[in-house]
Amino acid sequence: MTDLTKMTLAGALDGMAKGEFSSVDLTEAHITACEAATGLNAFITPTFDLARAQAAASDMRRKSGDVGRLEGAPLGMKDLFCTEGVKTTAASKILGDFTPPYESTVSANMKADGMVMLGKLNLDQFAMGSANETSCFGPVINPWRNGEDLVPGGSSGGSASAVAADLCLGATATDTGGSIRQPASFTGTVGIKPTYGRCSRYGIVAFASSLDQAGPIAKTVEDAAILLQSMAGYDAKDSTSLNETVPDWRAACGQSVKGLRVGVPKEYTIDGMPKEIEDLWAEGIEWMRDAGAEIVDVSLPHTKYALPVYYVVAPAEASSNLARYDGMRYGLRVDGENLADTYERTRTEGFGDEVRRRIMIGTYVLSAGYYDAYYLRAQKVRTKIADDFRNAWETCDVLLTPTAPSAAFAVGRKINDPVQMYLNDVFTVTANLAGLPGISVPAALDGSGLPLGLQIIGKALDESTVFTAAGALEKAAGFTAKPSKWWS
Amino acid sequence: MAEPQHGVSSTDVKKIARLARLHVEDSQCGAIAADLNGILAWIEQLAEVDVEGVEPMTSAVAMKAPMRADVVTTGGIRDLILANAPKSDDGFFVVPRSVE
Repeated sequence: MTDLTKMTLAGALDGMAKGEFSSVDLTEAHITACEAATGLNAFITPTFDLARAQAAASDMRRKSGDVGRLEGAPLGMKDLFCTEGVKTTAASKILGDFTPPYESTVSANMKADGMVMLGKLNLDQFAMGSANETSCFGPVINPWRNGEDLVPGGSSGGSASAVAADLCLGATATDTGGSIRQPASFTGTVGIKPTYGRCSRYGIVAFASSLDQAGPIAKTVEDAAILLQSMAGYDAKDSTSLNETVPDWRAACGQSVKGLRVGVPKEYTIDGMPKEIEDLWAEGIEWMRDAGAEIVDVSLPHTKYALPVYYVVAPAEASSNLARYDGMRYGLRVDGENLADTYERTRTEGFGDEVRRRIMIGTYVLSAGYYDAYYLRAQKVRTKIADDFRNAWETCDVLLTPTAPSAAFAVGRKINDPVQMYLNDVFTVTANLAGLPGISVPAALDGSGLPLGLQIIGKALDESTVFTAAGALEKAAGFTAKPSKWWS
Repeated sequence: MAEPQHGVSSTDVKKIARLARLHVEDSQCGAIAADLNGILAWIEQLAEVDVEGVEPMTSAVAMKAPMRADVVTTGGIRDLILANAPKSDDGFFVVPRSVE
């Protein structure tokens, strides 16, 4: 039998439909792969027994003709999604052994569609990070190597690593400033953040509520469409959920881009960005032109302010959201001399350095005397950034940009300046601030053999066109490289 | 470590930590202040942008807050709610004394 872990999600669903193999076969193959890949540290909580039971139940359902959209597909779940009866940590110490008595809407949708869950995937603590090194369960290792261990990006590093290493057919992820797209770029996978409000945030551990959005990391653009189709949809339990129909995104993937207006924003370059990324971007433009698209130069003049805006808005929202971790109702409690001391000890011991740093920034920018200067001003600049996109849509339908300003870098690289680390998200964070869909597609290997991605950003609710453009990019790039399997 | 003329001082760090319910040792305050000042100095560039007459963006997608009927939608799950409590007794959360 062929190696079932090498299949795409679309191929595996097709194979099961034709009776070539069962969900149990597929699931066992992936469990074997996961067990051999513990060195990647992609999982926090494997749920192999649960997966076996779900696979057997899926095969039974299939026999009775009950076949869901993800029927029998072994997938990974970022450990930021609450899963009923399965420990959910957000890669933090403060959640302790928290075991949700309820299911997030996204994972519930996927369960209802027949998903088999292989386990909960590692991430940056509370999704705060760009290298998956802030997890209290240790860093995730990128299956791609360059003589040394590399980071998979973050915060959805476990999701990206697991998909790139063929440990699962696809995985859930979340993106607040680039946490789906940057890891996808670092690992040669596809990752899409849909329009804000497409996927319910109910049951996702909150980081920055006006920016957080769930999406998949997958092997192909079509697989990403299949996964997002299952994850998305209106949910009354999230007041920011969009009550819009979910189009057939899978059908959008193979459409022609003839006549599509592809905008190229001149501001999407930074000092010190490798020439290879500039060149790849230029090549991507040519690919789209060759496929029949019209290339349009556009300007998004407030791009350089996006990261500073983000580092006011996101910590402010995080400091508020993370106020709930008080050690009283769930998670870690560290007893102190009195109530206030217990709060402080619990939170100081339970949160990692980066989380504490962001809580401090957020508290400061929201505090009396600074609110107007920092928070209110940042919200106003956020309006200008969203306006930049609105202006761009007058002359183009999608934007083409690099996904990240670098390839994957070494684990443990000493970053003394947090601002340097924050620059990872320079090209992705704008879509979060404006609420727009963005996808990263693997486009090439750099000179040292590491994957690089290109990003398509689209109009709000226009994931269909994003998938169409991404499909064309994928086809032209013909990216088929896989990391050599050094980990088992 | 020298304290900046403007920006966050060690005293401010103590105050912010208190508001955030985080414990900070006196010996750490200088380093944390320097760290925060580095980030805040970078954020300062937002002052260049002319935001006169610009409305603050408070939501990623323009939409009205949805309304729902004011009815009980769940309940009767006390044991589930207490299942993750660090300490509970007889159907209650057990917390440190807060009123002397």
